[in-house]
Amino acid sequence: MKSSVIVFPGSNCDRDVAVALEKLQFKNQMIWHKETELPKSDLIVIPGGFSYGDYLRSGAIAGKSRIIDEVIKAANSGCLVLGICNGFQILTETGLLKGTLLRNKNLKFINKDVHIQVQNNKTKFSNKYKENQVLKINIAHNEGNYFTDADHLKEMKDEDLIAFKYCDENGIKNLNSNPNGSLDNIAGIFNSQKNILGMMPHPERMVDEMISNQDGVNLFSSLIN
Amino acid sequence: MKFSITVTLKKDVLDPQGKVVQNTLFNMGMNSLKSIRQGKHFEVEVEENDQSIAKKKVDEMCKKLLVNLIIEDYKINKI
Repeated sequence: MKSSVIVFPGSNCDRDVAVALEKLQFKNQMIWHKETELPKSDLIVIPGGFSYGDYLRSGAIAGKSRIIDEVIKAANSGCLVLGICNGFQILTETGLLKGTLLRNKNLKFINKDVHIQVQNNKTKFSNKYKENQVLKINIAHNEGNYFTDADHLKEMKDEDLIAFKYCDENGIKNLNSNPNGSLDNIAGIFNSQKNILGMMPHPERMVDEMISNQDGVNLFSSLIN
Repeated sequence: MKFSITVTLKKDVLDPQGKVVQNTLFNMGMNSLKSIRQGKHFEVEVEENDQSIAKKKVDEMCKKLLVNLIIEDYKINKI
């Protein structure tokens, strides 16, 4: 599997993603945002961070950068695209994923390990997880409060496009287990073709038992399946 | 030609920053305050003499970058 990690000024999880991908035997390349061509890749990752200092809106400037046109072309022709944290925000700004990420409801930057539940384990990104499996994954964001309109929410429910929801350790999803005010506890979503996944939690931080659990490993190993 | 653009969150979108500002003003004794919505303000200068063409260009800037139409409304005024 060949992967490309897009690097913007202000990306800060790019190396972590690269380490996780290489650990799972991906042949990875780092792609600077000013490039105008993407190497042929099976997977494109847009990593977390603060691209362009989050100026204007999180992900807004990165969403109009040169390399993004190539990412959109690749995504539309079926390439797998994973956006994590700021990468999710960028994907919504490009229109590849619908909805947007608002400021956390409590107005605070939240950095902690939270529980999320797999909502659909029949996709290329999630087939190694068990049905409704609860994972413990780190979140670190200021704008993670997912919002979309009622029609899109219905479409996501009808077509199984919600990837992960915030929950407690027993899988209970309610206001108490919702860290940032996200609509319907949504932590990650797919596009309608399910070749694009955007998620606020950081699976790349959960691949090494020396520093965390390994709940993120199966996301990357699912892709190899 | 100069224009001002005011961007605000749509009515049904939660505005936590505006809410905090509102609560603080209440706590400061501004009891007549009814509501506050926080937004953004841009001043844009375009090289164009025809006002309707200039306004169209500013509108395009709003739609393509300055405004997230899912959650935000905007108003353009000539200044």
